[in-house]
Amino acid sequence: MTITSESVSTVSARVDGTEIEIPEGATVLDACRQAGADIPTLCYGPTMTAANACRVCVVEIEGSRTLVPSCSRKLEDGMEITTGSDRARHSRRLVMELLGSASELDRAGERLDRWMTEAGAQPERFGAPGPESPREAPAPGHHHPADPKFAATVAEPAKVEDDLYVRDYGRCILCYRCVDACGVEHQNTFAIAVAGRGFDARISTEFDVILPDSACVYCGNCIAVCPTGALAGKIEWDMREAGTWDESSQEVTRTVCSYCGVGCNLDLHTQDGRIVSVTSPHDHDVTLGNLCIKGRFGWMYVSSGRGV
Amino acid sequence: MFGAGGGTSSYQEMEDTDLIVMWGSNAREAHPIFFHHVLKAINRGARMFAVDPRRTSTAAWADVWLGIDVGSDIALSNTLAWEIIKSDLYHEHFVAHATSSFDEYVESVEHWTLERGQEVTGVPADAIKQLAHEYATAPTAQLCWTLGITEHHNATDNVLALINLALLCGHVGRYGSGVVPIRGQNNVQGGGDMGALPNRLPGFQLVADPDLRGKFEKAWGTTIPHRPGKHISLMHEAMDEGELRALYVIGENPLQSEADAQQMERRLTGLDFMVVQDLFLTATAEIADVVLPAAGWGEVEGTFTSSERRVQRVRRAIDPPGEARDDLELMSMVARAMGHDWPTPTAEEAWDELRSLSPIHGGMAYERLDESGGLQWPCPTEDHPGTLFLHGRLWEEETGPKAPFSVVDWVPPVDALSEEFPLRLTTGRRLDSYNTGVQSGRYPSPRRIHGVLDLSPEDAEALGVHGGELVRVVSRRGNLEAPVRLDRSLRPGLAFMAVHFPDDTDVNQLTIDAWDPKSGTAEFKATAVRIETLVST
Repeated sequence: MTITSESVSTVSARVDGTEIEIPEGATVLDACRQAGADIPTLCYGPTMTAANACRVCVVEIEGSRTLVPSCSRKLEDGMEITTGSDRARHSRRLVMELLGSASELDRAGERLDRWMTEAGAQPERFGAPGPESPREAPAPGHHHPADPKFAATVAEPAKVEDDLYVRDYGRCILCYRCVDACGVEHQNTFAIAVAGRGFDARISTEFDVILPDSACVYCGNCIAVCPTGALAGKIEWDMREAGTWDESSQEVTRTVCSYCGVGCNLDLHTQDGRIVSVTSPHDHDVTLGNLCIKGRFGWMYVSSGRGV
Repeated sequence: MFGAGGGTSSYQEMEDTDLIVMWGSNAREAHPIFFHHVLKAINRGARMFAVDPRRTSTAAWADVWLGIDVGSDIALSNTLAWEIIKSDLYHEHFVAHATSSFDEYVESVEHWTLERGQEVTGVPADAIKQLAHEYATAPTAQLCWTLGITEHHNATDNVLALINLALLCGHVGRYGSGVVPIRGQNNVQGGGDMGALPNRLPGFQLVADPDLRGKFEKAWGTTIPHRPGKHISLMHEAMDEGELRALYVIGENPLQSEADAQQMERRLTGLDFMVVQDLFLTATAEIADVVLPAAGWGEVEGTFTSSERRVQRVRRAIDPPGEARDDLELMSMVARAMGHDWPTPTAEEAWDELRSLSPIHGGMAYERLDESGGLQWPCPTEDHPGTLFLHGRLWEEETGPKAPFSVVDWVPPVDALSEEFPLRLTTGRRLDSYNTGVQSGRYPSPRRIHGVLDLSPEDAEALGVHGGELVRVVSRRGNLEAPVRLDRSLRPGLAFMAVHFPDDTDVNQLTIDAWDPKSGTAEFKATAVRIETLVST
């Protein structure tokens, strides 16, 4: 959302005792961050309506019986917000521990590592990860009780069904960002949704068909919002598996797509003089981070043999 | 439009408008991120009308789809106009205040009754009436088009016919209302900005104007011919007449991209000399005398101008391979080899020279482009914020030059249907591919549909062919073989082929190079064909 300086009224609130003033329409999370509080987020994406799925951003608001998801709650005048109470910290830590015990989070980025360390999160206290399974959907009404020796996980083999995408759902935390990006928030293709209930819930195409047989148009706008690396471009995923993906040595160059005349901004991620990934900036008003199949993957002609 | 060579509106306006007409545009596939802005409007409750011979994935999002017969756009526009005028729904104040030639226009459309419109366009009268009434009464409306309007022998008249509707209803020059040609290529707008037009210098300044020409002559220290150059179709004619003997082709593949490929091959091979400057050894490069290896996208610095007149920076991320050089350097080297003392400028130096000569780009310093994420022309000075929408002057007290209505007559496609060639073949893009496939053919798309002939299930049944069956497609100029793909988006009588696979199914063996005298665009969209079944062996 663009906030212009004129004709916007502001609201005032206190975050951990600090008085802040912020344009009307801001969230509790916006206020906390403005006040300098480092609130964890996973399912929240700045270009999307909050999904309220992960609950890792909860804070306390005076007068509120329950903890409040800061990413979705609109800031109200006079709110007293406490980000670091024992109750809020305990809840955030437990959420991160539960997610970390069930899903592989080693590609969720440095931010999550920091939040988990700061919170003292110990996912391993729920037991060693259980064995990988194909996670076949159980018949309705059937429930397999968990094996108490292991922590239940969503581990399953990565789905590599074409040359562009990998769906590595052992890393999925069901944050809904891919579903919302594919759906009404951005792409409006509705190729994926959450199937199943409870711990058996997972992201699925229609009738669980492989991706090339689904409605997917390979825009990669789900990859763009995935916070854990459960969805990845195949080049990146292959390099990560091979241990050759080295973000610290990569450069990012902002440019404009070479295909149609819409003017989508692209960030070219290069490593060792080669493009290894293409994304679009989430804060650019033409794309909001979205691209089409040509923008996200059509650049490969640059590194193909030229013949001239 | 009215002297400015660009669309009037910004993408933000698409989100905020009340009604959108997508006319001859399958933006859902050809301009997907533009369509994101349209979808925001639709999801917010805006109305959308799609005018297209095919029920495309764009049309699938429309409130009403007007399935128009190929090449009858002017008939539809004139019918809409007459319905709006007859129902007294036109914008009387705007028409009187800001336009000219209204009376002539009214006279020219008054025989376009709904009944006649339906007969010529194939669109039911009710649907025409509904679009007329909703477009005229919407508080704001955007009229968007692409090559479905411009790849015809009367391309310019098609565009003028659409602009007439916007003038009639006052849907131009206001936030939320405008006329929007969505550009098909990354920098086709920028090419126009830079003067890659036969009659314009950079910044759309007329070459025929002695004062403007003089400004450039002074800056460049040379004399500029006062006569306009030739657009592509006039160049083809000049090749036929032996007047044009040498060709310097930069980043184009005309052997495969131009209509009537056999004729094009005769023209190119008949030249004395052809240079091709490209990233790849394209089919055109293979028959050139000299090929200059160009550095490409990702390897060079510069700018592109988008469909919202927004100039954005293009940057170098990797080194060009081998001997490949930046186009700027190659052209300077060619100039030096011809005895001119041209230094090789940096992209920014070339841009700053452009800014000194083109008033609409004057305020767009690289530094500002970097900071802002792009500026929309006109942006004459360094403190100018750029321009969200054009022609606001038409609503001001002093309008400046009035916007003229254009009298345009409907003329059917040149390649007429007949008993021998009863099927209308039209062409276009698919989501994952681009033009002749030189770039898009080099990534492994899971969505690729290789060269096929799309037929309606009704036509396939009448012809006795099934999906996947190889058939021969014959036009008055050539023929090719292609497998049939059944496509329910096609109405009976209409066939479709994509333009992306010239090596397998070269659709330009079939197309006609009848072209628009004003723009030089060929009629890629309307070919008369017949389908021949192949004897099974």
